[in-house]
Amino acid sequence: MSNPPETVGAGGVIHDIGYRPYAGPRLGEGPVALSLFLTGLRNCYGLGRSGRSKVLPLLLLVLMVLPALILVAVMVQTHASEQLLPYPRYPMVTQVLVLVFVAAQAPALISRDLRFRTITLYLARPMRRSTYVLVRLASLTTAVFILLVAPLLLLLVGGILADLDTWGQLRAFLEAAAAVLVLAAVLAGLSGLVAAISTKRGIAVAAVIVVLLVSYTVVSALQNVAASQHATTLAQAVGLFSPFTLIDGLQHWVFGTAASTEAPPASTGMGVVFLLVTAALLAALVGAMLARYRKVVAV
Amino acid sequence: MPVIEATSLTKQYPRVVALDSLDLSIGDGVTGLVGANGAGKSTLIKILLGLVPATSGSAAVLGYDVGSQGAQIRAGVGYMPEHDCLPADVSASDFVVHMAQMSGLPHTAARERAADVLRHVGLAEERYRVMGGYSTGMKQRAKLAQALVHDPRLVLLDEPTNGLDPAARDDMLELVRKIGHDFGISVLVTSHLLGELERISDHVVVLDAGRMLRASATAEFTQSTGLLLVEVAGGRADQDRMGQALVDAGLAARPHGDMIEVDATDPSVHDVIRDVACDLGFGLVRMQQHHRRIEDVFREGEAGRVQPA
Repeated sequence: MSNPPETVGAGGVIHDIGYRPYAGPRLGEGPVALSLFLTGLRNCYGLGRSGRSKVLPLLLLVLMVLPALILVAVMVQTHASEQLLPYPRYPMVTQVLVLVFVAAQAPALISRDLRFRTITLYLARPMRRSTYVLVRLASLTTAVFILLVAPLLLLLVGGILADLDTWGQLRAFLEAAAAVLVLAAVLAGLSGLVAAISTKRGIAVAAVIVVLLVSYTVVSALQNVAASQHATTLAQAVGLFSPFTLIDGLQHWVFGTAASTEAPPASTGMGVVFLLVTAALLAALVGAMLARYRKVVAV
Repeated sequence: MPVIEATSLTKQYPRVVALDSLDLSIGDGVTGLVGANGAGKSTLIKILLGLVPATSGSAAVLGYDVGSQGAQIRAGVGYMPEHDCLPADVSASDFVVHMAQMSGLPHTAARERAADVLRHVGLAEERYRVMGGYSTGMKQRAKLAQALVHDPRLVLLDEPTNGLDPAARDDMLELVRKIGHDFGISVLVTSHLLGELERISDHVVVLDAGRMLRASATAEFTQSTGLLLVEVAGGRADQDRMGQALVDAGLAARPHGDMIEVDATDPSVHDVIRDVACDLGFGLVRMQQHHRRIEDVFREGEAGRVQPA
């Protein structure tokens, strides 16, 4: 192909060198999946998207970290001998921020491909359908995890700077980080599934908020009632029905950390139930997600 | 080796037969796939991409079996869907880079290819704007760019001219022609408009209700008919007088729209026409070979449901 050169003003000429075939490497499914993962993770924080998309996630990240910053400042000033807010309690205290984040960003990441039918373009490329689904969930989980773990990291740094017991702080941080990783996976799975089913963005946002906020409110109310009636087993079992109380109970049982709920699992049996329910919930969410995408008709 | 080959390919949906034992062999260059809406064009593309299983029969794309080697096919094929598929809040530049990476190109190569391809499809500065604000023409270009960015050996273009105004339509057709002839990428392009495909296709395949109606080289459709079209300056009455004079001069002539169609049996016919016009004092406006157009072929009753351009 040889189009006439286009003149671009004073003496400069752009020569159209025509179409050049690509002879370089073509990577396999692993690197492609990694690329999709990183793009998805960036997109969760609005990076690589329009300026407006960045506002909410970055604002939430700042709001999430801000209390930790204040707590650290106060701790250092008052020469406190321990963290003012224990690590495991932080996600529970800031749960509204976390909730808004997953409610807004799960549809932004997952409904978007279905609503704009971009999914067609992904399916018309070599990557398998199941890989696409798992990578999308991984991106969302990681995005939520970053939101949850960032303030904990700040608390850790503050704790070490304030001359608290370094190993004790590190251990508490790692335990809490493990717990928030599981919490992030559950929240991402739940919100991702809702977002994949209701592809209208507004409906998906509302549905995620309803599922998470209502479940927590109902659970904590029921726990209070049950506890006041001394129905301790019932109160503990009720905690299974909200992701926040479920993971809070799980970390209390596994690590023996301070619980944020009225009735964390007290017995080994109840602890095992919490563990099994968490595992089954995660498996069910991933399974439902894969099933949902099997029905997505390409093209 | 044919780029696409199908043998008694059948797709049966619960209530409709989308493809009915289709035999097909498509080679290099630009192949037009024509059919009314619902003729089975999109179903055929879905099967060729390995996204939907055929009910029976077999098909191969680039030598790979559609049933078992879908991933290899999708690595070597670019696909431009008919419908919208662009996220609104991403720029064309970022999106095409991302799609190149989804086809396995490393990041740096993906950036270079995306810049190249966006230039070829004619997206200039607007490539850095989010695609939500694009016109239909710009969206079609961005869709085409993502189908080309990984340098496929074959592109499947589903109704690329849909929704475009006449100028944008011409641009898009010229692009498709360039892809097939200058870029060296085989093209299967669908349309429900015959006239479009006549201009750019080397071959035309006509589908009707899931069956192949006809497949042949475009040249065969549009071969010279051995007829001359003649037009003289003046109104309808003058054309009629000219026509009558030609008949009187011993030529086989008949009206053809506002022109006169003359059987050009030998080269002397041209001289006779010139002399007749001269004798009558008419200005000769046109004397040209009359080519048939694809739609004339179909108008002869082959495909009642194909909509002519």
